[in-house]
Amino acid sequence: MALNEAKISQEELDEFDPGEIFAPRRVKSRVVRVSTEPFYVRLIIVVAALGFLSLFIVLPLIAVFAQAFSKGFSTYVNALTDPDALSAIRLTLIVAFASVTLNLFFGVAAAWAITKYRFPGKTLLVTLIDLPFSVSPVVAGLLFVLLFGLQGLLGPWLAEHNIKILFALPAIILATMFVTFPFVARELIPLMQEQGTSEEEAAVSLGASGWATFVRVTLPNIKWALLYGILLCNARAMGEFGAVSVVSGHIRGETNTMPLHIEILYNEYQFAAAFAVASLLAMLALVTLVLKTALERKLERRSL
Amino acid sequence: MAQGSAIPRFVEPTVIPGFGLTFGLTLTWLAVIVLIPISALILKASSISAEQFLTILLAPRTMNALKLSFGLSFLAAVINVFFGLIVAWALTRYEFPGRRLADAIVDIPFALPTAVAGIALASLYSPQGWIGGLLTPLGIKVAFTPFGILIALIFVGLPFIVRTVQPVLADLDPELEQAAASLGASRWQTLKKVILPSLLPAILTGFALAFARAVGEYGSVIFIAGNIPNVSEIAPLLIIIRLEEFRYADATAIATIMLAAAFIMLLVINRLQRWTETRG
Repeated sequence: MALNEAKISQEELDEFDPGEIFAPRRVKSRVVRVSTEPFYVRLIIVVAALGFLSLFIVLPLIAVFAQAFSKGFSTYVNALTDPDALSAIRLTLIVAFASVTLNLFFGVAAAWAITKYRFPGKTLLVTLIDLPFSVSPVVAGLLFVLLFGLQGLLGPWLAEHNIKILFALPAIILATMFVTFPFVARELIPLMQEQGTSEEEAAVSLGASGWATFVRVTLPNIKWALLYGILLCNARAMGEFGAVSVVSGHIRGETNTMPLHIEILYNEYQFAAAFAVASLLAMLALVTLVLKTALERKLERRSL
Repeated sequence: MAQGSAIPRFVEPTVIPGFGLTFGLTLTWLAVIVLIPISALILKASSISAEQFLTILLAPRTMNALKLSFGLSFLAAVINVFFGLIVAWALTRYEFPGRRLADAIVDIPFALPTAVAGIALASLYSPQGWIGGLLTPLGIKVAFTPFGILIALIFVGLPFIVRTVQPVLADLDPELEQAAASLGASRWQTLKKVILPSLLPAILTGFALAFARAVGEYGSVIFIAGNIPNVSEIAPLLIIIRLEEFRYADATAIATIMLAAAFIMLLVINRLQRWTETRG
C-alpha cells in the first residue's frame, strides 16, 4: 500500500468537504480525526474490503438461492414437501427446542452462580464452560459415541436395559447441547458481572425471595442479552452438522436433521433439492442476523 | 478468592440466596454434557498402548491429514488477518454507502450452517460453477483440491479477525495519531509504529480464534475438499472414516491430539484476551 507521505495537512482538508462520500466516520462524542488517508487510499481500502466480502461471503449466499430455484419453483416446493425433508425439518425443530431450552436453563444458573458469589476456582469454571467452543464438532460427536456406543463406557449397560441413546434422538440432543453449551452463559456472564450484586442485595434485604429477586430485579436487566444468547444458540443448534453427523446414524426419515438431509441429497446429485432445503437454513441465518443487529442496538455493543 | 473469616468457607458470605442450587446445577450440567463425555475419550485413549498410539499417529495417512488441517488452518488465518484488517479498518474508519450492510454481512459465516456454506462453496468453485468456470480455462483447479479447503477455511475464519480487531480499532485514542502526525510522522509510519502495535493483541486473539475454529472445521470443508486420502483429507474427516470402519482406537488417538490442541488453543486465547483487555 503506497500511502502518500508528508501530505497530511493537505488531506486534513478533505474530511471537512461536505460533498465527500468516503468521509472518515465520526466517532460519537469525539472530535473528528485530524489525521486520515488520502482519498484514493480510502477508496482502495473500501473497494478491497467490499470486494473481499462480496467474493467470499455474499456470492456463496446468492449461490444457495440461485441453485435452489435453478430447476424451477415446483422442484423447490417438491423438495421441501418431500416426507423425508419434512421429517428432517421436524427433527431439527425438536432438537433445537430441546437443546436451547436446556442450555438456557443451565446458562442462567451458571451465570448467576459465577457473577453473584465469590468462590475459588471461578476462572477454571469459566474456562471449562468455554471449552466446547474450541473442540471440533466431529470430536464432540465422537465423545458421545465413546460414551454410549456398544464399544463404549455405558453402551453394554444401555443395551442390556434396552435404552437407545446413540443413533437416536437423545444423542443428537446431547451432541447439539455440547456444541451450543457456552452460548447463553457466555452472553450473560460479562453483563451480570458489570451490573454487580447491589440491586439483588437490596431486594433481598427488603425481604424479596431469591426467585422474586431474579424475576423482578435481575431478569429485566439481562433480558436482551438473554435473547441474544438464545438467538445465537438456536442458530447454531439448527445448523449443527459435524457433531450430529457422527451420532445420528443417518437413518432416513428418522434421525436425519436438516443439515444431514442436505448432505444426503447433495451426495445423490439432487443439487436443486439440496439447495432448496439449504435455502431454509440460509433464511434462518439471515433472520438471525437481522434480529441480532436489532438486539445489538439494544445492548449497544457488538459481540462474537 | 474466598478469604477472611475465622472458619474458611468455600463461598464468601452474601445475602443473595441460591448459591447451592445454581452452583450445583452448573456443575451437574458441566459434568453431564462436557466432563463425562471428555473423560470417556481420555479413558479410551489411556487403554491404547503408547506404541499403538504412535503407530496410529505416525501412519502416513494420519500425518498427512493432521498436517493438512493444521497447515491450511494456519495459512487461512494468516490470509484472514490481512483481509480482516482491511475490512475492520474500512468499517470503523470510513463512512461509505452500504457500510452498515457490510458490517452485518461479516457475521454471515457465524450464522450460516456449515453444511450450507459447504455445498454453496463447492458449487461455486466446481469446474461448472460461477467462479470455477472462470478459473478452469486458466488451468486453476480449486474444488476437490487443498486450495478448495483453504477457501472454505477463509470463509469460516473471517468474522473472528474482524470482530476482535473492530472494537479495539474504534476505541483507539485519536489523540495518539494526532500526536504522531504533529510530530511529523507520515500516515504509513503512524500505522506501523502507533496503530498496528496497539492492535497486536486483538490481531493475535482473532488469529488464534480463527485458527482454532478452522482446525476442527468439518461441514464447510468436506463438500469442496474432494477428500482424497493423503491429498485433501482433513483430520476431522479421517476420524469419521476410522469410526465407520470400527477402528475406534484410531479415531480416539486422532481425536485426542485434536482435543489437546483445542485445550492449548483455549488457554492461549484466554491469555491473549486478557492481554487485549489490559492493553485496551
